[in-house]
Amino acid sequence: MAGSGGDMQWCFSQVKGAIDDDVAEADIISTVEFNHTGELLATGDKGGRVVIFQQEIENKNQPQFRSEYNVYSTFQSHEPEFDYLKSLEIEEKINKIRWLPQKNAAQFLLSTNDKTIKLWKISERDKRPEGYNLKEEDGRYKDPNAISGLRVPVLIPMDLMVEASPRRVFANAHTYHINSISVNSDDETYLSADDLRINLWNLEITDRSFNIVDIKPANMEELTEVITAAEFHPLQCNTFVYSSSKGTIRLCDMRASALCDRHSKLFEEPEDPSNRSFFSEIISSISDVKFSHNGRYMMTRDYLSVKIWDLNMENRPVETYQVHEYLRSKLCSLYENDCIFDKFECCWNGNDSVVMTGSYNNFFRMFDRGQRRDMTLEASRENSKPMQVLKTRKVCAGGKRKKDEISVDSLDFNKKILHTAWHPQDNIIAVATTHNLYIFQDKVN
Amino acid sequence: MSGDHEETQTAEEMQVDGKGVQDKMINPEKSEEAKLKARYPNLGNKPGGSDLLRKRLQKGQKYFDSGDYNMAKAKIKNKQLPTAAAPEKTEITGDHIPTPQDLPQRKPSLVASKLAG
Repeated sequence: MAGSGGDMQWCFSQVKGAIDDDVAEADIISTVEFNHTGELLATGDKGGRVVIFQQEIENKNQPQFRSEYNVYSTFQSHEPEFDYLKSLEIEEKINKIRWLPQKNAAQFLLSTNDKTIKLWKISERDKRPEGYNLKEEDGRYKDPNAISGLRVPVLIPMDLMVEASPRRVFANAHTYHINSISVNSDDETYLSADDLRINLWNLEITDRSFNIVDIKPANMEELTEVITAAEFHPLQCNTFVYSSSKGTIRLCDMRASALCDRHSKLFEEPEDPSNRSFFSEIISSISDVKFSHNGRYMMTRDYLSVKIWDLNMENRPVETYQVHEYLRSKLCSLYENDCIFDKFECCWNGNDSVVMTGSYNNFFRMFDRGQRRDMTLEASRENSKPMQVLKTRKVCAGGKRKKDEISVDSLDFNKKILHTAWHPQDNIIAVATTHNLYIFQDKVN
Repeated sequence: MSGDHEETQTAEEMQVDGKGVQDKMINPEKSEEAKLKARYPNLGNKPGGSDLLRKRLQKGQKYFDSGDYNMAKAKIKNKQLPTAAAPEKTEITGDHIPTPQDLPQRKPSLVASKLAG
């Protein structure tokens, strides 16, 4: 199904969200995540809301099926808070959503803002009880003296209702801002990482958490790097990685010691010191780290590139892909308008043969590792006719601009694609622009 | 970004002769750095270091600390406001005694997400 063989031809499937003018800051999409089967797609926004879409497939038995994602549930996950003790405003923005593997009829997900992680249960209700003895149908209590008989209430079918309820609230464990959460393959624990610390939680226990990484220096003046992302290994429950603002990744083994301040492996690409500039460290900061599904590789995203690392080789990545190298000669402006600090995410396809990440001007990039090919596509309302094939785009770095190319100076740096997600099995992708969610599908699925 | 377009053009033109072009082609980062330093001569030499990181860690900080509070209370004669780590976007620092009632009340959005529309 999700093959790397042959050309991928991406078609527009759906777009969600308001059409440009009618948007508020709360509508800015801050995270996108498929569940483990790909049937559900969750988004979080700056307003602390979660929207979950469910896949409905037409022509399931045919090889070329069309799937549609429709709203399944929506709820307010987090609310703005003010920590009076620390004089700190706590944003309700959802930083990350991670799904738990499904174990029963209900679905569970973890959502987090800067300070608090919540476990949400999403369950379906399609029956309701009728025929209570003590209550009327509208809920009012009957006059006990008027009750003459006794009957057994029955369950009758009703319209499907999807309910989201908070089952656990994991609070007060992070002094700094949470950037990552990751569910362990042991189905019991998960980690949460902030700028300086990583904590290990048991999904059942909210009043305590174990600190497993602490990089806070005794003297804050000596602070040189922060944690930018962290993830558990998909198969080995004792292993996790965390990335830093200096471009390094540390792999830790929880069997080695309770406090994993000493890494088991340190992944770092050596840098030519003569090439070092004011911007070097900033653009080397890793904004996302993701293990491959097979657990043999990990991918990191820094400002200009995507790197694939073999877990057995620490001294350099095995593959490096340039996302938008033409920006290297624009770093001064990008520093001035803060774009150089944008945190792009990245993702793998189901069989780890293709990786994807976002860029500016609502462009997103795909790198086919096997075929050594890359593609630039655009998420825009202009290309949004049903099943319309997306044309590949090209940015002209300098010199003569060809007909269909766009010049670097014409790129809209306010249109950034920071969050993308790939269906775990099929070639269906979810791409978030600032306010809209696009769903694209490979023509031959 | 488009506003910078003309400035970028000028800088490039100035480096057209000889070595300038070579340097730019070999290391665009270094020429961008030179541009930045020209615009902001007071820029420190430790870009990724403490200042940037500490600014990141302090995101969301509304008031500095009780020292802030006490200074406002004492009403210093020459009106010296604490500049230390207060992020630029904070409007109230040392000039005003903060009370819970003064803080802008941030309510959760009662409107449903437009993605669900």
